[in-house]
Amino acid sequence: MSEAAKTGAATVRVALPFHLRNLARVEGDVALDVSAPVTIRAVLDALEARYPMLRGTIREYETGQRRAFLRFFACEEDWSLESPDKPLPDIVASGKEPLLILGAIAGG
Amino acid sequence: MSGVRVLVGTHKGAFVLNSDGKRKDWTVSGPFFAGWEIYHMKGSPVDPDRIYASQTSGWFGQLIQRSDDGGKTWHQPGLADEAIPAPGPPTALPNRFVYDASPETGRPLTTHQWYDGTQHPWEFKRVWHIEPSLTDAETVYAGVEDAALFSSTDGGENWRELSGLRGHGTGPKWQPGAGGLGLHTILLDPTDPKRIYIAISAAGAFRTNDGGVTWKPINKGLRSQYIPDPNAEVGHCVHHVAMHRSRPDVLFMQKHWDVMRTDDAGENWREVSGNLPTDFGFAIDVHAHEPETLYVVPIKSDSEHYPLDGKLRVYRSRTGGNEWEPLAKGLPEKDCYVNVLRDAMAVDTLDDCGIYFGTTGGQVYASADAGDSWAPIVRDLPAVLSVEVQTLN
Repeated sequence: MSEAAKTGAATVRVALPFHLRNLARVEGDVALDVSAPVTIRAVLDALEARYPMLRGTIREYETGQRRAFLRFFACEEDWSLESPDKPLPDIVASGKEPLLILGAIAGG
Repeated sequence: MSGVRVLVGTHKGAFVLNSDGKRKDWTVSGPFFAGWEIYHMKGSPVDPDRIYASQTSGWFGQLIQRSDDGGKTWHQPGLADEAIPAPGPPTALPNRFVYDASPETGRPLTTHQWYDGTQHPWEFKRVWHIEPSLTDAETVYAGVEDAALFSSTDGGENWRELSGLRGHGTGPKWQPGAGGLGLHTILLDPTDPKRIYIAISAAGAFRTNDGGVTWKPINKGLRSQYIPDPNAEVGHCVHHVAMHRSRPDVLFMQKHWDVMRTDDAGENWREVSGNLPTDFGFAIDVHAHEPETLYVVPIKSDSEHYPLDGKLRVYRSRTGGNEWEPLAKGLPEKDCYVNVLRDAMAVDTLDDCGIYFGTTGGQVYASADAGDSWAPIVRDLPAVLSVEVQTLN
């Protein structure tokens, strides 16, 4: 477990895709105070608490499952299929690097 | 001074068109929700500045948007305040559409028929149609895919399923149309708030007389060649149904093929396609002041979703069906291969009734003389999914 994930709250940065930035009415990354351990679930909980208009857009309402065409990246690694309760890398948990939420490139 | 507001949902955003009562000059606002599919928008008859919109995306799911100022600004119901929300459970979940499987009021989710005839679980995908109450600005209905009817009594902040429809017994025989298993038509009886008609592709039409607790399939007289029993109780691909406010027992239907009519609230249907050059199509509507005058846009076939011979024509019947006349003045006479989708036609209620329809080519055509002549009031929008009209006083 990373150091930031072990102790206290951290300010985590999240990079949202274009349409979700518009919904949340934000520009650039959003900064969230997230209690340790800093996991994808904890980050999304904090994101949806601060920006309730995003509820249901990243993960399904009832199941909490990631929506099929969205992916999570941390430190240039695909975390989409990792457990949502796995602590994020320290560099993300400490806010030095953002957690990326990306829309899959699909269509044509 | 009266005016008209046209609400246009498109494949890539929403647009609001405004004109005065002359309906000659139009302003276009939008796109709102740019890049999102807007399946439908509709205003409250009680409070015309209250407009609901269904915003949907294959990536981000379903959102409900609401305007309280006639389409100038929008917010998700219950989430208008941009301040940091108070801690605790949210009181508004405007995008939560969950099938009711509760022991008290719900029905087992069971399955419906899939394209290949096998059974398939019910899965919520999107809201196809929004129908605000005729009497209460806070009450609104939503028809969804996979087919079910939801309602909200707090302006769209929270939704609950009227599960008697999905659970009344024929659900396993319902099959998606080419566009999905969508509940696309909701007609509220102005004389009886407990009576509602709905229609589903491809299940058919249904009616409740008790505010949505129990439902009855109303498809007797429909014949559909593509299903094993052409006279089946359900399984018919109803594309759209229209009603005149003054005669809620009379319904007009554009089925996959066939234009149909009932005079007894759906108990019996008869075909009124008459002399239409093709009776395939999607849109149908009724003149605001003449209950026997109706409009359809014939489409060549279910394999070729565009007008016959490249000529875009509305057909009008002044006799409640059977006898139809083409309306072509102002519409493309050649090389037109657009479609007009089921929810993309509407009428205003000005003295000289206005008729409006949108195309998959991005044009919205309007007639200020009940269909005698037409002109595009906007063109080159994204593909039009829905058109609704508000007559403003």
